[in-house]
Parts: sequence; structure tokens; C-alpha cells
Amino acid sequence: MTDTVARPAVADAKAAPDTMAWDSGLRRLMMIYLPLGCFVLILLFPFYWMAITSFKPNAELMNYKEHNPFWISSPTLAHIKHLLFNTAYPHWLWTTMLVAIGSTTLSLIASTLAAYAIERLRFRGSPYVGLGIYLAYLVPPSILFIPLATVVVQFGLFDSPMALILVYPTFLVPFCTWLLIGYFKSIPYELEECALVDGATRLQILRRITLPLAVPGLISAGIFSFTLSWNEFIYALAFIQSGANKTVPVAILTELVTGDVYQWGALMAGSLLGSLPVAIFYSLFVDYYVSSLTGAVKE
Amino acid sequence: MSVTTLSAPIMAHRQQSWLVRLFDYKPFLVVMCLAPAIGLLAVFLTYPLGLGIWLAFTDTTIGRKGIFVGLENFQYLLTDSLWWNAVFYSVVYTGIATFGKFALGFWLALLLNNHFPFKSLLRAIILLPWIVPTVLSALAFWWIYDPQFSIISYLLVDVLHWRSSNVDFLGSPWPARFSLIAANIWRGIPFVAISLLAGLQTISPSLYEAAMLDGASAWQRFRYITFPMMMPILAIVMTFSIIFTFTDFQLVYAITRGGPGNSTHLLATLAFQRGIAGGELGEGAAIAVSMIPFLVFATLFSYFGLARRKWQQGESND
Repeated sequence: MTDTVARPAVADAKAAPDTMAWDSGLRRLMMIYLPLGCFVLILLFPFYWMAITSFKPNAELMNYKEHNPFWISSPTLAHIKHLLFNTAYPHWLWTTMLVAIGSTTLSLIASTLAAYAIERLRFRGSPYVGLGIYLAYLVPPSILFIPLATVVVQFGLFDSPMALILVYPTFLVPFCTWLLIGYFKSIPYELEECALVDGATRLQILRRITLPLAVPGLISAGIFSFTLSWNEFIYALAFIQSGANKTVPVAILTELVTGDVYQWGALMAGSLLGSLPVAIFYSLFVDYYVSSLTGAVKE
Repeated sequence: MSVTTLSAPIMAHRQQSWLVRLFDYKPFLVVMCLAPAIGLLAVFLTYPLGLGIWLAFTDTTIGRKGIFVGLENFQYLLTDSLWWNAVFYSVVYTGIATFGKFALGFWLALLLNNHFPFKSLLRAIILLPWIVPTVLSALAFWWIYDPQFSIISYLLVDVLHWRSSNVDFLGSPWPARFSLIAANIWRGIPFVAISLLAGLQTISPSLYEAAMLDGASAWQRFRYITFPMMMPILAIVMTFSIIFTFTDFQLVYAITRGGPGNSTHLLATLAFQRGIAGGELGEGAAIAVSMIPFLVFATLFSYFGLARRKWQQGESND
């Protein structure tokens, strides 16, 4: 743990003579800032285009001769108004939120307990259980959705958001467990041993020592679960039939795309509004997100 | 430190019901802790996986229980040009997209490993394509690829005058295939870049110092230090990337739905079309199951690649 923290600092110190030796200012500009600028431009352009389309009146949308397509001359809220008042969009947002929160809560509980058991209780076979859960992550939803659809029908959950809340943990639990095992590993055993000697029960130790120390891990597992369930598409497409119960990604594609003339303004406004909750949520916790993503990969 | 303050209330709780003592009995506690996770995975992952393999050997349709038909579904797939087409495009899609994502992602990671202001802000911005729901960004790409009002066509025709007519991105097979691959690469770059950046930061700077003293060029330092040291993490990230690119569904479903003329079907979208939309559950399941050998192969390939590297480097496992 300590040396991974120390290393980047050493890397900083090392970069200086290196840069002086062979980097002139111009070279640095050409080799670093220019390509970096291109990357940022290309990675962000679709969002810019999405945003600008959402506020363009239809006349400008289809006329590149008289209007500069990269800018809006007379911005309008018509598309967003249409989305909010003439479609079931608010309801889709609500359903998506409900499903994301429900499955995140369920996954966090299940994977915290599982990670605690695997990493902290140390029983015979715990590495194999850990490996099994990890392997579950490698089973992609596109292999499972057909049999899962029949399972969902058997349980009488077809067309119900409850099906999604119960099914999403199949990809959330392996991921969160894996992440949390790493966090639990970083908490010193001595803390638990002391409490055990003092007569605390194991559940008390989990609740009062291990969990509070693992809060950063819980937060990042929560963000990952939330964004992943907000993102999920194929299960929501296969298990939900009625327009009102759809999640945002599915509903936009199946309910808003109608006919031959696409309502690009409304479609892009829907995409923008559907992206915002995750983007805002993510920006609040971006540091946790990046560090746990890098941490999880390093493991 | 906090342990001493905890001990007083804990002692007070000593005399407790049998329930608390049961939870202190380790085997019981282990079972209770694992039950929710294992239960969920067993019911909604292991069982459906088994069921899916079983369905692949039946002629089940929606609303009708099927009977066991042996290898019939698979024999049919072997004669089905659409299936072969999907296999072909899945392999092409995975191959080119993975290559593109890793080449560009590695480059971006190397760039981000330098020093400049607003570094963490930049990292946050760069991850956006990865965070935003794929279908929603896919819709943006669909609009970017619009036959009449594509902004790329506008740039090429009206601004740069490189072409005389609009590009028909999604109207014919190969342009459609490459348009989807481009969108997939766009979406995959951030994850690869951030993961590889993590790997880059674990390489000890002393290695570079030693190489500089020996007069190694920038390329040699990359070739003989950076690249081999990155091999384990590359192998892991690549396994993930290959598995999830090969089984991709959202991008294709959102942008082309397998068209034009079924040329852009991946195995996953074909399975959906046959299994759910077409109602042929058995056949759809067989198509889904036919992905498994590719996935196992990809996993084993990078697993053994990784194991070999570890052995060569003598247990440096980060």
C-alpha cells in the first residue's frame, strides 16, 4: 500500500530532468498538447453535438446553408418541453431511477457481506468462492438474456421493473465484491483482532470497525452500480413490454424513434436529459471513481 | 485507538440472547454472509446459464415448451448464411475495435502520464464517453451519421470541399460496419486509457533512469521497459475488452439494428432478433451459446499470455 502511494511522487521528481534533456517547448506542444487536444475534441464532440441539437429549432436543424451548424442562432426549449409534457419521459426517468437505486442497494448489501466473508472471515475454500464470483463477472448479459427472459416469466415478473432490480445484481455483485475485497484487504487485521479480544461479536466488528473504514470502497461500489444499472440496456429491452415501465435508454429508442422522419431535436434532448443524472452523480464522486477504477485494475 | 472506546459498550452487550451467539459462530456467519450474493447469482446467473444451454438443444418458442432436438439448432446454424455473417462481423468488429481502442488508449495513457495543469479535471472529462449510457451516445452517433444532415458530411463537402456528395455512412454494408466500429472505439478509449494509466504509474522510475544512463532512446525505453512492464495489465484489460466487445449489443442495436441487409449483425443482436423478437427461443439460445467457445478461447489466450509473463518476471504481480 505505502509504496504505491510513494511511487507517483518519485515519478514526478524524475520527469523534470527528462523533460529538460530533450523537450523544447515546441516539441512538448506538438508531442503532448496537440494530440491531447485532439483526443479531448473527439471524445467530447458527440456530447456537444447532442447538446446543441437539443436546443436548436427544427428550421436550423435541417438547414446548414443559412445557419452555422456548430452554433445556435435562436435557441429553443421546444424539444425539452415536448419531451416533458407530451411523452412519458418523466415517468421513464422515474422508473430508471427506481431500478438503479433498488439494484444498487441490493447489490451493495449482498456484495459487502460476501466480500467480508471472503476476505475477513477466512474459511476453507474462501479463495474459490472469490474466484467463482469473479468468473460470474465474465459471463456477458448477451448470453443470458434469452434464458433469463423465461426465468422472469416463470417468476411472474415479466414487464415489471422488479425483474430488473433482481437481475441487475448478477453483473453488479461480482464487480462490487471484487472491488470491496480490495478495500477490506487494506484494513489492518489488528483492528479486528483487538476488538475480538475485547469481546466484540463478529457482527459488531463488521458494523463498527470494518464498514466505517471501508466507506470509500462502498461509495465507489455504489457509483459503479448506479451508473452500470442506469446504462443497462439488453435486459430492460427484453423484459419490459409496456411503454410506461421502460427505462430511459430503452424508451428513447423504442418509443421516441417513430416513423421515417426522426425527431432529432427530441431524441437528442432525451439523450441529454438521460445522460445528465449519471454525469452529475459521477462528477460529485469523480475522484473515488477514478481511483477505484485504477485500483480495481491494479489488483 | 477507537478500540478502547468501543470496548465499554461491547462489554455491556456480553450477556445476550442465543441469536447473537449464533451469529458469532463462524460457520453460520459465513453462510449468512454469502447467502444473498450466492443466492442471487445462483438464481439469476448460474441457473439461466444452464437453462440457456439446455434451450439451445430444444425447439422452444415463445409460449410453447420445446422438446429436445439434439444438435439440430447448431446444424441449422452451420447452414445459415446470416449466422456465418454474424460470426464474421463479430470477429472483425472485435478485432479492429480492440486494436483501435488499445492503440489509441495506450497513446492517450502515455500522454496523460505527462505533467500539465488541470490533470485530474482532464481525466474526469475524458471518462465521460464511458460513463454516459451507451445507447444515448449511440443515438448521438446515429445523428452524426445521418445520410442528409451528417455533420461529418457537412465538413467534408461544404467546408473542406474534399467530396462532392454526402457520405452514406449507414446505407451500405462496409461503411456501416466501419461506422459502428468507430463508435465502439470512441466509447472504449477512456476505459483503456485510465486503466493503462494506472499501470504506467506503477512502473518504477529507476528502470528509466538506468536505461537513460545506458543511452537508451525514447523508443527503446518504451519497447524494452514500458511495454513489457505493462504486459500483465494489458492482458487483463484486453480480456475484458475482447469479451465485452465480442458480446456487444447496444451500439449495433441502437444504430443499425443489424442492417443494411443484415450486414452488421453481431451474434448478440442476431440472437435477440431470432430469440426475442422472432420468438424462436431455442434457436436464439443456440446463437447465444455459440458465442461461448470464442469467449473461452479469448480468456484462455490472455490468461496463458499473462501467466507466461509472470513467470518470466519472477512474481512481480502489479
